[in-house]
Amino acid sequence: MIEIKELSKTFSSHNGDFEALKNINITINDGEIFGIIGMSGAGKSTLVRCINMLERPTGGSVLIDGVDIGALSAGELRKMRRNVTMIFQGFNLLMQRNVLGNVCFPLELSGVPKKEAEKRALELLETVGLKDKAKSYPAQLSGGQQQRVAIARALATSPKVLLCDEATSALDPKTTRSILSLIKDINKKLGITVIIITHAMSVIEEICDKVAIIDNGEIAETGAVSDVFSSPKSRAARNLVYPEERDYLERSSGQRLLRLVFGGEYSADVPLIAKLAMDKGIAANIIMASTKTIGGNAYGNMLLSFKSDSDFVSAKEYFGSIEKLAAEEVQ
Amino acid sequence: MDRLFSQEVIEETLKIVQREIPLAVWETFYVTLLSTLFAVIIGLPLGVLLVVGEKDGIRPLPKALMSFLNVLINILRSVPFLILMILVFPLTRLIVGTTVGTAASIVPLVIAAFPFVARLVESSLREIDPNIIEAAQSMGASEFEIVTKVMIPESVPSLISNFTIAVTTVLSYTAMSGIIGGGGLGKIAINYGYYRYKYRVMLIAVILLILLVQVFQTVGSKLVVKLDKRLKK
Repeated sequence: MIEIKELSKTFSSHNGDFEALKNINITINDGEIFGIIGMSGAGKSTLVRCINMLERPTGGSVLIDGVDIGALSAGELRKMRRNVTMIFQGFNLLMQRNVLGNVCFPLELSGVPKKEAEKRALELLETVGLKDKAKSYPAQLSGGQQQRVAIARALATSPKVLLCDEATSALDPKTTRSILSLIKDINKKLGITVIIITHAMSVIEEICDKVAIIDNGEIAETGAVSDVFSSPKSRAARNLVYPEERDYLERSSGQRLLRLVFGGEYSADVPLIAKLAMDKGIAANIIMASTKTIGGNAYGNMLLSFKSDSDFVSAKEYFGSIEKLAAEEVQ
Repeated sequence: MDRLFSQEVIEETLKIVQREIPLAVWETFYVTLLSTLFAVIIGLPLGVLLVVGEKDGIRPLPKALMSFLNVLINILRSVPFLILMILVFPLTRLIVGTTVGTAASIVPLVIAAFPFVARLVESSLREIDPNIIEAAQSMGASEFEIVTKVMIPESVPSLISNFTIAVTTVLSYTAMSGIIGGGGLGKIAINYGYYRYKYRVMLIAVILLILLVQVFQTVGSKLVVKLDKRLKK
């Protein structure tokens, strides 16, 4: 279990102090795939670097299985890092070593004999589907292949936790999906806890169990992915879940807009807008609509506008009385 | 002009060339390589220190020490080689026992070249993507392991390329060391060309110096291409 308690990080420079992280509290259970999402500059990369002490927090603590890793000596910290490994946006492979050499590298650091290390590295390369590339150099591989090598390298020391820092941000959508499904497989097979840092909703939707939304150095919202995504409570969460909304809001200034979020049976079978017209005689104007699949369930959301304020109020009341349907005014 | 191309002059030149040039080429060759080798032995660790010891480096060192190293390197690099040779006479006498001759010329060559090499190493190491160093740290590498297993191996192509520059620079210095009795092609050029007006001999010495530079540069460049795994396709 990873417990992040009252964590804060302030960067000091001659231009003054900058609070990158403020009072962060997160608990991540063993075997979970935990997503941390936020805009650029929200502090998510700093946060993930505090989990393996690449970045020293200025306040609070990080406990891994009850051990305060901020209090470890330099030697203990290096050992701990074999247990909490990391993959990166830029893959960060050693360009002058071949694929096998790259996967052997962390084993070499922990003193595993060369033969044994190579045997283990080849097994891992098989897991990530790159056994035939063992003698190739990183420059000869595609981005997706390089990230697979990085994953094999991260797994070499049999870690308990895998940190992914924007690991798919440099990859195309198809490659992203294949890397994410590899990470999911590894999580299932090996029971490794995975912490994913990303700015892309699709990554969270695709594989995460839980999510924390970070905004301006603070956790705005945290919970199961399906809960947070079907009814985002904070402004930061809404901006992430419904990024299109802001554009529409700007265009239709002055008008009151109603957001409908529906999941499960309502996602396809019930003609909501037609029902509103028939039951209440109110004509709704659909400004925007979209659907997402989160953890296998389809969720839809719609943005509606009405001719008059009274129509808006009664439509809100009408939709509010329907189960599994969330209707709220967009701020 | 007549005198330059007379039968007599050509014969005399050939005699001198046959007698002096083979040894001179060999002396220039080994003095250059030996001096560069010593310069690398001192300059490589110094260059590493300049990078790892700075404020954002992997092992920040006291600011006073870093300033001292930087100033020392700058001072040594600003003294013209001709003057440096004379300035280090006491040190040369201490190490070699004399201040004249080929062996003695190695001391000022190394003194002149190691700060240059340190700067070249510094610039090579700065080319490394800091993210790769961070990745090594995330895998639990110690500072020493980062230097020996990441920073230096990853910058081998750049280091070889820069050491080639160092070799050619040292080669031009060896020519100057002919003035204080250092052996090699420089001595031939100065003794025959400058003191005795035998321009043909000087010309041949200069051509051979140019050829040596070509040889070192070609070998260096080929080696870089061969060693750089980023260029493998």
